Amino acid sequence: MQRHVHRADLGERDPDYIRDYLPWLWLLASAWFRADVRGLENIPERGPALLVGNHSGGNMIPDTVILTMAFSTYFGAERPFYQLAHNLVLALPALAPLRRFGTVAATPENAAGALDAGAVLLVYPGGDHEVSRPVWQRNLIDFDGRRGFVRQALDAGVPLVPVVSIGGQETALFLSRGAGLARALRLDRTLRLKTLPISIAAPWGLNVGDFLGHVPLPAKITIQILPAIDLHERFGPDPDVDEVYEHVVALMQRTLDELAAERRLPVLG
Amino acid sequence: MKVSASAEVAASPEAVWALVGDLPRWPDFVAGLTRWDVEGRRRSGLGARYRALMRIGSADVGGLIEVVEFHPPAELAWNAVTGAEQRGRWRLRPHGEGRTRVELRLTYHLAGWAPAAWLIGRIAERAIRGNLTRTLDELARRLERGDA
Repeated sequence: MQRHVHRADLGERDPDYIRDYLPWLWLLASAWFRADVRGLENIPERGPALLVGNHSGGNMIPDTVILTMAFSTYFGAERPFYQLAHNLVLALPALAPLRRFGTVAATPENAAGALDAGAVLLVYPGGDHEVSRPVWQRNLIDFDGRRGFVRQALDAGVPLVPVVSIGGQETALFLSRGAGLARALRLDRTLRLKTLPISIAAPWGLNVGDFLGHVPLPAKITIQILPAIDLHERFGPDPDVDEVYEHVVALMQRTLDELAAERRLPVLG
Repeated sequence: MKVSASAEVAASPEAVWALVGDLPRWPDFVAGLTRWDVEGRRRSGLGARYRALMRIGSADVGGLIEVVEFHPPAELAWNAVTGAEQRGRWRLRPHGEGRTRVELRLTYHLAGWAPAAWLIGRIAERAIRGNLTRTLDELARRLERGDA
């Protein structure tokens, strides 16, 4: 499987490139998604941190685009910020520019490399499982039991910052993960794809796999960044990974419930 | 891209300068400021540095700025050190007995493909102009009510 994993070159991130595209991202976030990003001041002013987010929106990941924009305007494109992504995302030539935004393949080595270099790193533990959840589970935090992020933060000795977003799963009508379909086509073995999401999305109508992307509906997206958690301070000298995991997921679910309660209408927000 | 706003206020240049020239007080009257933290020991005057952010659309835009001109009670200018490329200026000029003409200017540059940068800059301009106008309104209100 190693041949599918791109070597993470942290050096591919390019602040000038990010600066060139920030105006576009700003326009997309402000005009299309009417994005509201709250709590950026909760990210430690200096040094490394692991941002842990819930993942929404299928392959078009509006949450990531908005968070990257907000981070870069708030702290400046100078501050190193990396995002872990599925290997397949980085293998697609059309998505090569993402590397210059700081997107690297989701491997423990890449994560450790970024944090050791003092960067802020964003991880979506739920990954392809969570991002293609059906629309009726849109307000559910679903990391599928993946606890690697806790170990990562502990090993690197960095604070953990939960990032909760709402609205991304309303950018198309997500119907099914298509996990059975992915298995039947053996995609789980050949491409490490456990899902083959089925949705109704613009401009395709029925959209299987979302390999060509889609036009996301202009759903209002709200992102709440929660206060940083110092794992040793909160859980003692030798934190229990399961306990931290349960705590973080419960905290994020509570926050997502609050954001959902604020929302009056789907898409419109 | 340049944006400016001006107003005449019923106060002397010295009275206006008491607010404008005192950087720690900017959050009291500068509209849209979401962050205003001093960097280093100098809190006001030439060379003072602030971490400054203004809410524009969905983003807090700004960065580290430094005061590069400081001439009481007439002229104050800043440049961006990091973050968004911008510079700004306050100009105070006497305008008859006990009155001052106040001008606030902001010049900024967006990176990237020029036509798009121009268009997006124009879209952002509305929000920025609104903040500058509200800033002068608030400044005038404070000075004219005498609670500056």
